[in-house]
Amino acid sequence: MSHVDDDGGSRRDFLYVATGAAGAITVGAAVWPLVNQMNPSADVQAMASIQVDVSAVEPGTQLTVKFLGKPVFIRRRTPQEIEEAIADLGGDVSPLGDQNARNPNLPPDALAVDENRVLEGNEEWLVMIGVCTHLGCVPLGNAGEFGGWFCPCHGSHYDRSGRIRKGPAPENLHIPVAKFVSENVIELG
Amino acid sequence: MSGIPHDHYEPKSGIEKWIESRLPIIGILYSTLMIPTPKNLNWMWIWGIVLTFCLALQIITGITLVMHYTPDTTLAFASVEHIMRDVNGGWALRYLHANGASLFFVAVYAHIFRGLYYGSYKAPREITWIIGMIIFLLMMATGFMGYVLPWGQMSFWGATVITGLFGAIPLVGESIQTWLLGGPAVDNATLTRFFSLHYLLPFVIAALVAVHIWAFHTTGNNNPTGVAVRRTSKAEAQKDTLPFWPYFVIKDLFALALILAVFAAIVGFMPNFLGHPDNYIEANALATPAHIVPEWYFLPFYAMLRAITFDILFINSKLGGVIAMFGSIIVLFLVPWLDTSRVRSGRYRPMFKVWFVLLVIDFFLLMWCGAMPAEQPYVIISQLGTLFWFGFFLVILPLLGLFEKPLPQPETIEADFRAHYPDAGGGDVPAARPTAAE
Repeated sequence: MSHVDDDGGSRRDFLYVATGAAGAITVGAAVWPLVNQMNPSADVQAMASIQVDVSAVEPGTQLTVKFLGKPVFIRRRTPQEIEEAIADLGGDVSPLGDQNARNPNLPPDALAVDENRVLEGNEEWLVMIGVCTHLGCVPLGNAGEFGGWFCPCHGSHYDRSGRIRKGPAPENLHIPVAKFVSENVIELG
Repeated sequence: MSGIPHDHYEPKSGIEKWIESRLPIIGILYSTLMIPTPKNLNWMWIWGIVLTFCLALQIITGITLVMHYTPDTTLAFASVEHIMRDVNGGWALRYLHANGASLFFVAVYAHIFRGLYYGSYKAPREITWIIGMIIFLLMMATGFMGYVLPWGQMSFWGATVITGLFGAIPLVGESIQTWLLGGPAVDNATLTRFFSLHYLLPFVIAALVAVHIWAFHTTGNNNPTGVAVRRTSKAEAQKDTLPFWPYFVIKDLFALALILAVFAAIVGFMPNFLGHPDNYIEANALATPAHIVPEWYFLPFYAMLRAITFDILFINSKLGGVIAMFGSIIVLFLVPWLDTSRVRSGRYRPMFKVWFVLLVIDFFLLMWCGAMPAEQPYVIISQLGTLFWFGFFLVILPLLGLFEKPLPQPETIEADFRAHYPDAGGGDVPAARPTAAE
């Protein structure tokens, strides 16, 4: 770079590098706001927690609410469903494609057994983000080969605990941060 | 600007000389319009004009639609219906714009497969080819974002599925997806940015079209023989070529008129034939349509996305599908270096011809599979189709150049032309023009 064929680390070389670095930082500082404006805005981020009254949800039915722009399934399971869900694999997670519970209310390495999928200590209530982990469609309830949910977009089958059993989806249906805050109210987020 | 010897613009009047010495724009336009063009071009060389027309049509109808459209989730769907029912002639503008996108893709696929068959991507036209591929990618991005704007069910769920592709990227995927959407899911922030970019990209495409034309005006057009125009002298070049104006302009406009007759019939009588009824239902984040289908022009690539239903080593099926889809287009970028044959035109490549026909069949087969539900037998057909697509570009094309024995090629374009039209006056016609500069 330098025309003065001297020691190789001249004052001029330093000035080239310093000018180039200053230019790069300036351009980066100017571009970053243009990139960052596309990230979620304050009003979108503010919608992080809602409360849902579930007193009207009968066993065997499902309530779908919109939370963070996505549907959340709140399913109240019948005793028979609970029994079938537990009996299905009998606590063995080895046949599952995704053995993680995908439940942020539990430690991150919790296994995908049925009791780790339901609301803590309450196997009647199954609360899940109703977004297929393949490409984001909403799975249909009471459908598919495993009696749970079926995604019509690319044919993913989820079982009665919302675990992926067949098809292209890589993960079990995710569970949101959720808990009962009173007898009939579930808080999401 | 062209490398082929030809006449240049000579300003005559005082005003022409005054302008030309300050801004040589007339000279550039003259050279562009009068470029020597191989006189044996067949009817597959008309798609450039059709594509230029489509770009102009889309920009003009698009600008008028924007005068009435509102990019807001609560108003977008209604504003499109407002265009359809209340705006004077709004239905025609919208149907022209929606079907114009389809004509655009018909033309671009014909143009690309023409280039593949006649080896238009080979030296020295690699840059022309790559710029064309970038234009193709931008067209797909523009078409995809445009389809989101009416805010129907297919708009919403198509956007959800396609932006979900980015979520498959390891580690950074989810952040990229959130950044693209402007939130945890497709919503108002997504609609407004798609609108902004849908308006921007056509102008980027227009600029790249100018560079595309600049590049092939430098190398000269390819032609059905793949044999280069002789450049040793202007006289020889003139035996191989005719000026673009008026010969090819008139031919291309004739073809465009025929195509537009069909286009007008579709716009007038069956404007929704290529659309989906579900997009006349307003977007609903809580209900996915039973069967999400992208626009027909994305179907072959969509089929390859869905074909990967199995994990490949550490790559899960979701990421694998995304890699297959983008990879299917990346191989097109690499074609100039994957094809090892020294013969340019498929006309003189007996084995290539067969494989090429299979590739075209494969393309339509994948298109059909992409429109079908994600179940057997369509999954296995898509998988075989995907295998062939990659096999053609990554295995067959490199090997053909080594094993194939090409047929003899004509010495010159003039010889090929005379063999086709023995009675025509032939190569002397352009020589009869006044050649002032000689």
